[in-house]
Amino acid sequence: MTTDAISRNVADRNSDHNEDKIVRYTFVERVNHWIGAFSYIYLLITGLAFWSPYLYWLAAIVGGGPIARSWHPWVGLLFTASLFYTFTEWRGDMAITDADRAWGKAIPDYIQNEDDKLPPVGRFNFGQKLFFWGIFYGVILLLLSGGVLWYTETLPWSLRFVRYAAILIHSSVALATIGLFLIHVYMSVVLEEGSFASMITGYVTRAWAWTFHRTWYYDVIGRSKPKQ
Amino acid sequence: MSQASTEIVRISGHAGSVAGVGLNREFAVCKLVDTTTCIGCKACEVACLEWNGYTFTQTSFDNSYQTMPETAWNYWNLIKFNEHERADGSTMLLMRKDQCMHCADPGCLAACPADGAIVQYANGIIDFQEANCIGCGYCMTGCPFNIPKFSPTARKVFKCTLCNDRVSQGLEPACIKACPTGCLHFGTKSEMKELAETRATQLREVSGFADAGVYDPEGVGGTHVIYVLHDAKNPELYGGLPKDPHVPWSVRLWKGPLKWLGNVAMVGGVVGMALHYMRFGPKKEEPIPPAELAGEVPKNETRV
Repeated sequence: MTTDAISRNVADRNSDHNEDKIVRYTFVERVNHWIGAFSYIYLLITGLAFWSPYLYWLAAIVGGGPIARSWHPWVGLLFTASLFYTFTEWRGDMAITDADRAWGKAIPDYIQNEDDKLPPVGRFNFGQKLFFWGIFYGVILLLLSGGVLWYTETLPWSLRFVRYAAILIHSSVALATIGLFLIHVYMSVVLEEGSFASMITGYVTRAWAWTFHRTWYYDVIGRSKPKQ
Repeated sequence: MSQASTEIVRISGHAGSVAGVGLNREFAVCKLVDTTTCIGCKACEVACLEWNGYTFTQTSFDNSYQTMPETAWNYWNLIKFNEHERADGSTMLLMRKDQCMHCADPGCLAACPADGAIVQYANGIIDFQEANCIGCGYCMTGCPFNIPKFSPTARKVFKCTLCNDRVSQGLEPACIKACPTGCLHFGTKSEMKELAETRATQLREVSGFADAGVYDPEGVGGTHVIYVLHDAKNPELYGGLPKDPHVPWSVRLWKGPLKWLGNVAMVGGVVGMALHYMRFGPKKEEPIPPAELAGEVPKNETRV
């Protein structure tokens, strides 16, 4: 969405209270996020079932092994569609800038919750951008290798090395995305208060925006100000 | 294993030695395919289809005896015909009955994620339990012999069972039963190995095949289907029989180090995040300084 669209949604713009609401995610962005989230969780459950015999029981809770095997690729396509839509919407917001690199150097402060020492960031911080691009390029690899695994039987024997590569790529890239996913869930649900609610309601408080995404906050507030 | 109930270990109130104690019964079965006496009649193919209840499928013609290109999910046994030009210019038809090799170290079983879909019996037979198969096709990636085949209608994978249903009842596999030349033999692994070596020696010393030998590849721990070949140094001549088959290293890596690395990383990640939360706690929003909020929102110039 454009910054203008955000600014149109600044609620109660004449008040100066910290608890004023700012629209952070539009309805479409939120719906798309949850399509992606739930499809990823399904992929995670079924994928882990195929990954380890000790986790094979996970397939039972989503309908059993054969159904998991049949649906996993289709849900993978749904996740890919959701991600590619996100890409078209957020590509600009996710571009990595010099400010991000400066923020990246201060990442120990971020880890230690000393956020006041960090340079101000825009709509998304460097960590969120790395998460997004990690998932984006990861999914491209998962899509290619997953296609091979989906229709393994159609591959001629002379091209069996493609199967060997696909099985390694699919599992190792999936593991990498699981790492990103765990961090993403931890940070948004547990660590950073207000983040999880914002992906449901769409709103953050003005103080939240000022604390965590100051450049974006000024962007929204400054533009919402009537021209003088 | 049914033989085990006839094997006596102890007898109550029995004076003297017990009949049969110390006898070593071998469970491991083996099919011996002597390619040098195969005539390519395809009787084994017919017997396999009949016993396993499959019908004949569409054949193809490409100016050779090969009327099926390779085994299929409903065609587990296939003679591979290979026209081989020898050093002296003469042509030799190498015929090899292709089927599951029943490896001692089966790649299909190593790759399979479905509980109980692939079973290795003590007699060496590797059998697919289709009721447990989820149709992922990983076994096709694990197999070094291109044997497991996917049925698009059943969405499950099938292959030769070494007639496990017959062998468990004391019968020999259907292909053995049908072979008219006696090029197929069935017995214990050690008997078949001995017979194969005898035949290979005969070929080397009497028939002039200096490179004749037995194919029982070590890379997969030996197989429960073994071949006598005229030219054991070039098994590829016999329709792509691999010289040194082994479970693909990518499957080994995936099911070995990568699995442990991944599991440790996933558990470690969750534990690490819990520790992080306990050490540093949540990130909370901070109130905007009153000076910045006073009266008006920040001016454009204050943007960073």
